[in-house]
Amino acid sequence: MIAFTLNGRPTTVEADPGTPLLWVLRDQLQLTGTKYGCGIAQCGACTVHLDGRAVRSCVTPVSMVSDKRVTTIEGIGETPVGRAIQRAWQEVDVPQCGYCQSGQIMAAAALLAEHPHPSEAQIVAAMDGILCRCGTYNRIRTAILEAVKGGV
Amino acid sequence: MNPREEVLRPARRRFLRDAALLAGGLVIGFRLPEKGGRAWAAEEAAAGAAKVYPPNAFIRIAADDSVTLIVNKSEMGQGVYTSLPMLINEELDAPWERIRVEAAPVAAVYNHTQFGIQLTGGSTSVASSWEQLRRVGASARMLLVQAAAQRWGVPASACKAENGRIFHPDGHTSLSYGEVAEEAGKLPLPAEVPLKDPKHFKWIGKSLKRLDTPEKITGKAVFGIDVRLPNMLTVLVARSPVFGGKLKRFDATEALKVPGVVGVYEVPTGVAVAANGFWPAKTARDLLQIEWDEGEGAALSTAKLREDYFALARTPGAVARRDGDVASGLKAAVKAVRAEYEVPYLAHAPMEPLNVTVDLRPDHCTIWTGTQSQTLDRMAAAAVAGLQPEEVEIHTTYLGGGFGRRANPHADFVTEAVQVAKAVGRPVQVIWTREDDLRGGYYRPMWVDVIEAGIGKGGKPVAWKHTLVGQSIMEGTPMAAAMIKDGVDAASVEGAVTLPYLIPNVQVELHSPKHPVPVQWWRSVGHSHTAFVVETMIDELAHLARQDPVKFRLSLLPHGSRHHAALQLAAQKAGWGKVKPAPGHAFGVAVHESFGSVVAEVAEVSLENGQVRVHRVVAAVDCGRVINPDGVVQQIEGGIVYGLAAALHGEITLEGGRPVQSNFHDYPILRHSEMPRVEVYLVPSEAPPSGVGEPGTPPIAPAVANALFALTGKRVRRLPFARENLA
Repeated sequence: MIAFTLNGRPTTVEADPGTPLLWVLRDQLQLTGTKYGCGIAQCGACTVHLDGRAVRSCVTPVSMVSDKRVTTIEGIGETPVGRAIQRAWQEVDVPQCGYCQSGQIMAAAALLAEHPHPSEAQIVAAMDGILCRCGTYNRIRTAILEAVKGGV
Repeated sequence: MNPREEVLRPARRRFLRDAALLAGGLVIGFRLPEKGGRAWAAEEAAAGAAKVYPPNAFIRIAADDSVTLIVNKSEMGQGVYTSLPMLINEELDAPWERIRVEAAPVAAVYNHTQFGIQLTGGSTSVASSWEQLRRVGASARMLLVQAAAQRWGVPASACKAENGRIFHPDGHTSLSYGEVAEEAGKLPLPAEVPLKDPKHFKWIGKSLKRLDTPEKITGKAVFGIDVRLPNMLTVLVARSPVFGGKLKRFDATEALKVPGVVGVYEVPTGVAVAANGFWPAKTARDLLQIEWDEGEGAALSTAKLREDYFALARTPGAVARRDGDVASGLKAAVKAVRAEYEVPYLAHAPMEPLNVTVDLRPDHCTIWTGTQSQTLDRMAAAAVAGLQPEEVEIHTTYLGGGFGRRANPHADFVTEAVQVAKAVGRPVQVIWTREDDLRGGYYRPMWVDVIEAGIGKGGKPVAWKHTLVGQSIMEGTPMAAAMIKDGVDAASVEGAVTLPYLIPNVQVELHSPKHPVPVQWWRSVGHSHTAFVVETMIDELAHLARQDPVKFRLSLLPHGSRHHAALQLAAQKAGWGKVKPAPGHAFGVAVHESFGSVVAEVAEVSLENGQVRVHRVVAAVDCGRVINPDGVVQQIEGGIVYGLAAALHGEITLEGGRPVQSNFHDYPILRHSEMPRVEVYLVPSEAPPSGVGEPGTPPIAPAVANALFALTGKRVRRLPFARENLA
């Protein structure tokens, strides 16, 4: 039995400790907003927050989250940073297919929580590992700057 | 409503139930005469599918004034859940915030107006719906007005409808659409449906926010991989590592020991592992011991294919275009050049790997998947399940990218999933891992091209001979009869036979070798390579003639042509010839027509440690009348990024019959740090709308290659650029 806090609520799961958090979220807890894209931490579609920091849930064994706080796309809107980012994403109309956007938003939220006024270089560094196939990168950058401007 | 329930509830039941609940709220739709309905539509009709279909509906208006528009094209990022509702609502005129979108079930009424089957592809969604959906909206508005007029006992012609309400001739009495929807639903469809004069358009031409954004930023959007059914198992299939290979034998002893594994089954494509969730299925699949009969495919390698293709290129091929006499033209040339080009196999690599969910019952089959090709998928599923097509229901979820891969003419991923469901005997979700997806074939074909061209005394091109070697995509598909004529697959030579420049002697020849690597349309299809070849060669000729590449092209394009206008606009906006590129930077240009649209792009490029860096791309687009300008901009941005990823990095190579690349570390796609600034300008036009999903892709590779020449003096004739030593 592994106990942790998921989107602010205490949660327990029965799982092999080596199971990646991604599949515990998607298959056991039915939280499908976090996406599978590569399984080897190459694309960032599975990004969630572990104690506020962005991690790749596809390579994070569920045993590692024991007694920690996990936040997913389903819960990020409950934080001020998450709300500001989702507002900016809506304003700029960022998504196309949308599949990578949970990861993009989670990475951006972690960035702004740590650096409320990030430099261009900090934005690129934080976002570079989150791949998008549709070409939304420029809008993502614009939306992050919007969220910063709107006050996070 | 919870979006998951929305997706999961069988469409047919939903239609019937809602119709009952709404007590006859307006449901409208009709069959338009199908232009160019082709063989496969007839085939489905023959199978009995056309006899029964759900209400022919594109619009549902309920008593509470909610408006549901049923969209018959798959939303894969290209924005059809916004642009197609805009077409309906331009005439319907309901409050935009009241509009909800639902994916159409499979039925003949939802067939593509040009292809005769339900299909999303060829950058045709808006163009093919332009007339149809405006008429659907206009018919509904006419019925609503008529219903209100009848209730008031006034002539319909004296009433008007606006923003979801019908106004009485007295100017202050009004009824909402929902209030009269039931009566409107009982009226016969009008025979004549006049459409608005475009100068009165209220929505078309304005940038509206996408209707799918809210779901896509909260994790609520349901993609195929997010479908969850009670009692469902997750299945991974071990497929032959070599194309065309067959299963010899397997041992599942270790795999079956993995907790959570329910069973291991032989299926036509290999060995299926069914488990409670992805992780046990993946863990168990890794433990399978399998022997394959690899067959002739094992002899395939990229090196061998290159050799074969270049040998073929030296022989005469099927003639796809012949103007004048190219041999004498070449002889008469003052300067001539012969160049060889190579582009590799490319995987589509949508961010959502392929997946299909199937609930197979003795008399019914329900499928949830992100597909671009509902009719062919349904026919294939019915054949596997031993059911009639109308006993197969397909729920089209959001697609986490399609780019052509999810419109497989052989219905490969759906066929396999139904085979798996049959073997397992429980609802299944078949998931392809990223590795399965990249190594699963159905690639953009590898191509070898040779061009011989010459210029005459005044520097004008006098001869152009283009030979193409690459697999036919249409061969062996239901589209072959329509697309292959005299040995020429139109999709192989598109962009080559449509060479727009005024050259007196032109010949285009094609070789279509056959071998087991499965190929498929990939964003912009044939144009994805012909634009690179044609537009870099025309650039070479400009330099041979010592002329500016933009001026040279303009001099060879008819004045007033769309190419001319787009090229001029892109050049002007980029500051071509006016602005000096930054030190170490250079500009390159290309213009190309595809899917009815012309796109010109200017790329500003530099080299950083021998690596190509694209700083800025200026695009000018003529796509006819623009429906949602910001949607067009998104598509052109997306097309450029897709093409740039391929030009910089993309290649699938084969060794021992096996694709070498497996995941994003060795099949890189564009990253944030590589993203150029992109500016998109639209050429004003009142022509009917044409495509935007694909036309942004073709010009980017040649624009960058031409900039690299301007920068280094080296001609890059192979893609990706990463293979070249440019330092």
